[in-house]
Amino acid sequence: MIRVTNRHFSFDWITIIIFMLLVGFGWLNIVSSSHVGETLDYFDFSQPYGKQLIFIGLTIGLIIIILSIEAKFYERFSSVIYIISMLSLVGLFIFGKNVNGATSWYGIGGMTFQPSEFAKAATALAIAKYVSDLQTDIRRFPDQIKTFIIILVPAFLILLQNDAGSTIVYGAFFFVLYREGLPQIYLTLVLSVVSISILSLKFGPTITSIIATLIIFTRYFLSKKKPIIFQPIIITIIAIAMSASVHFFYDNILQAHQKDRISLWLRLEKDPTKIAEMRRDILYNLYESEKAISSGGFKGRGFMEGTRTTGKFVPEQHTDYIFSTVGEEWGFIGSSLVIILFVLLMLRVLHLAELQKSQFSRIYGYAVASIMFFHFMINIGMVMGLIPTIGIPLPFFSYGGSGLWGFTILLFIFIKLDSNRINEW
Amino acid sequence: MRQFLLFFTIITVGLVFISRLFYLQVYSSPANNLYDDNAIRKVYDYPKRGFVYDRNGTLLVSNQSSYDVMVIPREVKALDTIEFCNLLKIDKEKFIKTYKKAYHYSPRLPYVFVSHLSKEDYAVLQEKMRKYEGFYIQKRSLRHYEASIGANVLGDIGEVNNAIIKKDPYYKMGDLIGKQGIELSYEDVLRGKKGIKFIQKNRFNKNIGPYKDGKFDTLPEPGKDIKISIDATLQAYGEQLMKHKHGGIIAIEPSTGEILTMISAPTYDPNSLVGRKRSQNFTKLYNDSIAKPTYDRSLLAQYPPGSPFKVLNALIGLQEGVVTTEDKFTCNHGYSYGNRKMGCHGHPSPLAMNMGIYESCNSYFANVYRRIIEKYDTPYEGMNVWNKHVTSFGLGNYLGYDLKIGSPGRIPSGDFYDKWYGKNRWRTTFTLSNAIGQGEIEATPIQLANMVAAIANRGYFYTPHIIKSIEGQEIDANFTTPKHTTIDKENFEPVVQGMFDVYNKGTAAALQVKGIEICGKTGTAENFTKINGVKTQLTDHSIFVAFAPKDNPKIAIAVFVENGYWGSRFAGRIATLMIEKYLSGTITRTDLEKWILSHSLEHEYEKPYSGEPFSINRGSTLEVVEPTIINHDHLLPAKP
Repeated sequence: MIRVTNRHFSFDWITIIIFMLLVGFGWLNIVSSSHVGETLDYFDFSQPYGKQLIFIGLTIGLIIIILSIEAKFYERFSSVIYIISMLSLVGLFIFGKNVNGATSWYGIGGMTFQPSEFAKAATALAIAKYVSDLQTDIRRFPDQIKTFIIILVPAFLILLQNDAGSTIVYGAFFFVLYREGLPQIYLTLVLSVVSISILSLKFGPTITSIIATLIIFTRYFLSKKKPIIFQPIIITIIAIAMSASVHFFYDNILQAHQKDRISLWLRLEKDPTKIAEMRRDILYNLYESEKAISSGGFKGRGFMEGTRTTGKFVPEQHTDYIFSTVGEEWGFIGSSLVIILFVLLMLRVLHLAELQKSQFSRIYGYAVASIMFFHFMINIGMVMGLIPTIGIPLPFFSYGGSGLWGFTILLFIFIKLDSNRINEW
Repeated sequence: MRQFLLFFTIITVGLVFISRLFYLQVYSSPANNLYDDNAIRKVYDYPKRGFVYDRNGTLLVSNQSSYDVMVIPREVKALDTIEFCNLLKIDKEKFIKTYKKAYHYSPRLPYVFVSHLSKEDYAVLQEKMRKYEGFYIQKRSLRHYEASIGANVLGDIGEVNNAIIKKDPYYKMGDLIGKQGIELSYEDVLRGKKGIKFIQKNRFNKNIGPYKDGKFDTLPEPGKDIKISIDATLQAYGEQLMKHKHGGIIAIEPSTGEILTMISAPTYDPNSLVGRKRSQNFTKLYNDSIAKPTYDRSLLAQYPPGSPFKVLNALIGLQEGVVTTEDKFTCNHGYSYGNRKMGCHGHPSPLAMNMGIYESCNSYFANVYRRIIEKYDTPYEGMNVWNKHVTSFGLGNYLGYDLKIGSPGRIPSGDFYDKWYGKNRWRTTFTLSNAIGQGEIEATPIQLANMVAAIANRGYFYTPHIIKSIEGQEIDANFTTPKHTTIDKENFEPVVQGMFDVYNKGTAAALQVKGIEICGKTGTAENFTKINGVKTQLTDHSIFVAFAPKDNPKIAIAVFVENGYWGSRFAGRIATLMIEKYLSGTITRTDLEKWILSHSLEHEYEKPYSGEPFSINRGSTLEVVEPTIINHDHLLPAKP
C-alpha cells in the first residue's frame, strides 16, 4: 500500500497517479485532434491544446488548495457550497451565455465557465451531508423525498438550460442511495421503467404488456408469502399504462433530434434510404468516430499519425469525441489501456470509499465513483456507438477548463477526506 | 450485497467496452493502407504510354490527349444543371441517368461522367469547372495511329472493366488498358507506372496539404517504347492487295521467327476505335457477321491446308526411310483404293518426288502416306509416328507466340481415329485425305507460315513473335531459342528443290519473278458451309505458301484467300507480289498486281447468304472492279 505516514502526504497515490496518467494522456490526444497546420508549438495558447496546458497548470494550484483545506471544512460547509452552486445555476438564466443551444456558460472576458460542472461536486457533498445525518434514515419515505429534492434541483435547473446530457448524470446518485439503503423497490422500478420503455418502443405496447403481465404473475405465484391478489393486478395495470404511454412520451415530449437518436439506436426506422439519410445527417459524428476508432486497428497509427484525426473528420473531436482520437492513433492497445485506467480509478475510489469510517466520506466517495462512472459509460459508449448520442465530456480527457476543474475538485475533495481517515476515530 | 452493485456494473461496462473495441479495431478493422483510406485523396499522374515503331523505326502508334469529366457523387453540391448539361453537350435525362449510375457505383469514388471531350469543349469547360463542386477534369492519354494499318496487330486500348479492377488493384475506374493486339500483350511494358500523390483531406473534403509532406508520393514512370517486327510498308501493301477478299497473310523472317506481316482481311481503320466513337464503331464492326472484321483470320481461322501440306508428307517419308527421291509411283488420273478413287489432274506418269511436288500429284502422296503409316504394325502406331513428325513443325497446337489470341489447329493422331471410328476399327485408307492436307487436318495461316519457315531453315524454327525490341529490356528468351523438327537436315534439300520447281516448271510457273529464287507450293482446299442445315460446298480456298530466296531465305509466307479457287489464282499472285515487294522493294510483275487489285471476291462471299442456288469453282465468274491505285512511294503517310 502506497501510503506515506507523514500526515501531510498521506494521500492515496494510486488514485493520484492514475489521475495524472489520464490527464497527461488526455492532453496528448487534445494536441493531436486540435492541431492544425504544419508546425506544432505546444505553447501556442490560442489553440485548444495550448489552453488546456494552462488549465492543467492551474489545476495544480487548485489541487494544492483543496488538499490544504481542513477535511472537516467540506462536511461543515457542504450546505453553503450547495446553495452557492445552485445560485450559480439560477444565475445562468440572467447572465448565461448561449453556446450551441445550451445556456450553460458564463462568459467572463474571453473565458467561459460552466457552473454545471461544479454543481456535481456540490450536490455530492450535500447528499453526503444529508444522508449521513443521524436524523436521516434513507429507508423512510419523507427522507427519501428530501434526498431526491437535493438531487433534482440541480438536475432540473440544468435541464432547463437545455443540457440534457449533464442532467442524466444526476442519475448516478441512484448508486449512492442504493448503497446507503434505498429500498429494493426503487431498483426494481428503475429497471422496469427502462426495460418497459425500450421493449415498448422496439416491439410495441401489446407485446410489452403481455411480457410484463406474465413476469408479474409468475413472480406472484412463485413467491412464498403472497400479498392480496390486487397488488399484482394493480402493478400490471400500471405496467400496461406505461408501455402505452411511452409512445406518447416519445412522439410528443422528445425533440426531433432526440427521437432520431433513439430511433437509430433501437433500429426503429425500417426504410433503408431513410436510415442512410439519418446516419449521414444526425449520426455523422458517430459514423466518423466509429470509423476513426476502427481505422486505428490493433496497434494504432501512432501519435499525430491518424489521417482521420489530422483531417478533422470527427467534429468536436477534442471535446466529447476525444476517445476516437485515442482509438485511431493508439489502437486497441491504447484504447483498452484507457478503459482499464478508468476502471481501476473507479474501483480504487470505490474501494477507498468502503474503507471510510465516517459515513459522510463513504457516501461522498461513492458519489465520486458513480459520477465518474456515468460520464465514462455514456461518453465512451456514445463514441463507440453503443448508446444514443448524449453529449457529455470524458473525465480528465476532454478539452475544457470547467470540466477538468469540476472533476479535479470532485476527486481531490475525496482524496483529502480519505487522507483524513486515520484521524476519524 | 448492496455495495457490489456499482462494483460489478463498472467491471461489466469495462468488459463490454473492451469487447466493442476488439470488434471495431481488431475484428472489423479495415486494411490499414493509404489506398483504402478515404481521408487521403489519391491523385494519379498518368505516364506517357510507350510508342510503337515498326522494324525499320517507322512510328506506328503515338499518343494524343483526351479529357474526361469525372464526378465524385458525395462531393457534388447543388448546381445549375441546365448550364452544365449545355457545356457538356448532353441532355438532362442523360445527366440524371449517369449521376445515378455513378452514385450506384460508389458515392465516394471518381466515376467517368463524360468521356473524351473534344479540345474545344475542354477549353470552354476548363474555365467554368470551379463552379461545379464534385466534378473535375481528368486528362488522359489516348492512342493515335499514324498509319491506318494493322488494326489486328496493333490492337487498341479501352477502359478497364470491374473484373480487371478487382483482380489487379493497379487499375482504377476509368484507367485505360490494352484490350487487343500488342496493346494487350505488352500492356505492362507500354503503360509504365502511374505516379501517385497522397493528399490529406478534411471532413469537408477540402485538401489540406500533402500527406506526410509527400513522403509516400511517387513519380510516374513513362511507358517503354517498343519496336515490333512488322514491316509497315509490307503490311500496308498486303492490306491493299487483300482488298475485296477475305483471308489472312502471315510472313515470317525464318532466321529469327519475327512476324513481318500479319494481315487479316477485311480489316478496319484502327483510328476508328479511338475516343468518343469507339463503342459505336466497335459495335458496328462486331456485328458484321459476314465480313467479321474483328475476327483475326491470320491467327484464328483454321483452314484445311491442302496441297502445301504434301511437302510435309514427303519430308516424313524420307525421314522414315519408306521412300527415296528416286521411287516412282503411277498416277492414273488419281489414286484408286478399294472401290474409291482420289482424283488427280493430268500430268506425266509414273513420277518421282520432284515432279510429285511440283505437279502436286495426289496419287504420289497417297502412296507415300500409306507407306509411312503402314511401316508400322498397326495404323494406330503409324498414325502416332506421323503425328509426332507433323506436330514438330508447330502444327496441331497453340504456337506460343506473343499475341493473346489463337487457334490450335488440328493434326489427328491414333487416338483421334480410335475415338472417331472405335478402337482398331479403322485402316490407313480411312485417313487417306491426310496425304493431301485435307480431311481432318486444319491449320491457321500463322501455323502454315511457321511450317514454311521451318522448311526454309531446313529443320528448325523460332517461335513466331511480333516483338522486335523493348527499350532497355530483353525479349522473351523463348523467342530466340530454335525449335528443331524431327526431320534431318539432309532430307530437306530434295523437298526444297521440289518447291523451287513449282515456280520453275510446276503449278506456279506463271508467277516467276526475275532475279528472285522463290520456293513455293500451291494449295486448293475444298470447304463446306451449312445453309439452312444443309451441308453445301463453296468455291475452294486459294492457298499458297512460299519462301525466298531459296538459299539463305529472308521471308516465309502463307496466304489464304477464302473461296479464291485454285492456289496460284489469288494466293499465289499475292504471295509472289509480297515476296518481291519485301526483297526488292519494287514490283516488276505489275501484271500480277493489276490483276489482284481489279478482281473482287465480294459477290462470292454473298452467295451463301443470298438464299438462291449458286454455282461454285468452275461455274463461278469473277467480279472485276476498278483497281485501287497504289503509290509505292507513299504506302505509309509521309514522316512529319
